[in-house]
Amino acid sequence: MKNNKLYINGLSSISAQPENAVFEGIINTYHQNIIPAVSPDFKSFIPAMALRRMSRAIRMGLTSAKIALKQAGMTKPDAIITGTGEGCKQDTEKFLEAILNQDENLLTPTAFIQSTHNTIGGQLAQNLECTGYNVTYTHNSASFESALMDAQLLFLEDREINSVLVGGVDELSKKITSFMYLDSQLKEEEISNPDLLKSNSSGTITSEGAHFFSISTEKSEKTYAELIDVSVFQAKTSKDVSEKILNVLQLNNYTIEDIELVILGNNGDNRFDHFYDHLQKGLFSEKVQLAYKHLTGDYKTVSGYAVWLACKIFKTGSIPEIFKLNDVTCQNPKTILLYNQYLGDNHSIMILSSN
Amino acid sequence: MDKGIAITGMGIISALGTSAGENDSALIAGKTGLSYPEILKTIHSNLPVGEVKFSNLELAGKLNLPVAHTFTRATLFGAIAAKEAISQALLTKDELKGTGFISGTSVGGMDATEKYYLEYEEKNDHRRFIQAQHPGFTTSQIASHLNLEAYVTTISTACSSSANAIMLGARMIKAGKLKRVVVGGTDCLSKFTLNGFNSLMILSEEFCKAFDDSRNGLNLGEGAAYLVLEADDVLNGKPVLGRISGYGNANDAFHQTASSETGQGAFSAIKKALDISGLSSKNIDYINAHGTGTKNNDLSESNAILRIFGEKVPDFSSTKAFTGHTLAASGGMEAVISLSALQNDQIFPNLNFEIPMKETGLKPVSVLKKKKLQHILSNSFGFGGNCTSLIFSKNEE
Repeated sequence: MKNNKLYINGLSSISAQPENAVFEGIINTYHQNIIPAVSPDFKSFIPAMALRRMSRAIRMGLTSAKIALKQAGMTKPDAIITGTGEGCKQDTEKFLEAILNQDENLLTPTAFIQSTHNTIGGQLAQNLECTGYNVTYTHNSASFESALMDAQLLFLEDREINSVLVGGVDELSKKITSFMYLDSQLKEEEISNPDLLKSNSSGTITSEGAHFFSISTEKSEKTYAELIDVSVFQAKTSKDVSEKILNVLQLNNYTIEDIELVILGNNGDNRFDHFYDHLQKGLFSEKVQLAYKHLTGDYKTVSGYAVWLACKIFKTGSIPEIFKLNDVTCQNPKTILLYNQYLGDNHSIMILSSN
Repeated sequence: MDKGIAITGMGIISALGTSAGENDSALIAGKTGLSYPEILKTIHSNLPVGEVKFSNLELAGKLNLPVAHTFTRATLFGAIAAKEAISQALLTKDELKGTGFISGTSVGGMDATEKYYLEYEEKNDHRRFIQAQHPGFTTSQIASHLNLEAYVTTISTACSSSANAIMLGARMIKAGKLKRVVVGGTDCLSKFTLNGFNSLMILSEEFCKAFDDSRNGLNLGEGAAYLVLEADDVLNGKPVLGRISGYGNANDAFHQTASSETGQGAFSAIKKALDISGLSSKNIDYINAHGTGTKNNDLSESNAILRIFGEKVPDFSSTKAFTGHTLAASGGMEAVISLSALQNDQIFPNLNFEIPMKETGLKPVSVLKKKKLQHILSNSFGFGGNCTSLIFSKNEE
């Protein structure tokens, strides 16, 4: 009988930090609240002709997906599930500005065609010639988590499904991203990213990135982690969050004692970081506590980075100092819990194990 | 074969009316909802649209919203339609708390963005709509307005969004992940989409003629439609409007905006839906086609239908000439229309059809037709090669 466990066998991170450098103690610092991702060599993954027409979201998505598949030794997954909180903003902005500036006249369709939220998923299908299930979630900061939940469901209901490509992508755009200053999503004062979590002010910093994962029921020497569970929920108070965490652990036959390390979504916004504070002082007080948004900025699918980080910790057995929020130590953690929220909404929990 | 997932409520707002009853009356009377843009301010006043003839202020009034609300037009539609569905299903306050909400939308709150984009930096008046541009915001607003507190998410796969939302809801109930869920989608007319489709040169200046040899494009529409799905063990004898017995999603993997001529994606989606339902193609009594009226879609869809059904193509029609193509909402709307057809044993006509297309010779039902219906196939296809088919079946007592 086939295993009903799910394994992450390939992964890729495109973010404001060059992939893997953090594990060598090297980090990029920025003194700005809107930080572009570090571009990998897109040309090695996408033909130059096609590349020219692509926005950053499409470039990052395709490249990240191809790296993840290659690592897992896959060429064509059975399904592609994408999460993007804000979609293809660059093309949206381009087409919208053309409409407004040209008073609806003389418009060309290219930007419109590529502005659709499922452009990345569709491009991946074409590129990989994958005609299977293909859905895109765009639900605020729970977009990537929604995609992962769908993948879990797919494996559960269809025993013939062997591999699913799941990822989260978001890009910066000039105007639409800058509007985040106007409604207090970004900090008013420009800050240096390593200081993000020490800043005692409202708002955060933002960035962009892509994180894809090749998930399969087959365990191999390539396996990074087992995906235990994902949950997206509404919560009004920190108490609701603690209760939900205990509830999800219990549903998976875990207790809080089984969790050795937590990766939290602290983003330096003093209006909402209390959700993490409460856990740090309470439920997670004896756990190794990590945060990452001071390296990656906060954006709608940044939790993909947290999953990438958990997988890397399992694989390398090391925990770079730069992520640590407390002094608790542990050797080779076996179970990691991730918790995230944005503006007090779209709370999510993910649990990964090194099995 | 299992019974399928029970549907206990439905709600719709479209150019045909603001309730399922009003929509039904128009469909039965063969009265189109297509007109010309009045609420949407655009230079393209020559392009027919399926516009809901209520201003945002009037729609907000129907929901008793406070003055400084953050409901964009799609949110207003969504709240109205979902509310109707919930009230038909008679969900209690406690039940709503445990009910999920899965909504499809393509452009979310784009109407607000295009209105305020140039003033955001200068003026503070409408900055509360900045986040409303993104689709998830629309969904969260509707969920919180209606106190739906279980799993809430948004699917955006262009014109198949709400069909995929219905599919996900059915899958989650089948897997025991949810007991109750409201599923469907919402989209409003916007300059963004109207100009987008216009720049692709696939909008018709006439009322659309799906499956006609001389068809020359689609008409956009707007609105929302939702269904309430419930697990059998929580029905407690509640009336069941119909069941979702099959669903399938596949990707055409051919082109970002055009469908393959062979209709590969559509073919696979229909085949998967039939497989899930355990039905054979012979069991399908009627197809509510995607049938947008573009050269490309109708040919590709016809070819997929011919590949599945061969010589025995069941009765089919596109209802886009009633509502316009409501993009992400279309799958939800056509689910409501299919349920109404099932309940009353009648097929709504494909308006404006005259001459079968040369390539296939297929003739849709073009006048209201009474017929015993057991199983209906509903197709929704979107950009990005996204193809989804759903099968709705009569509830067996």
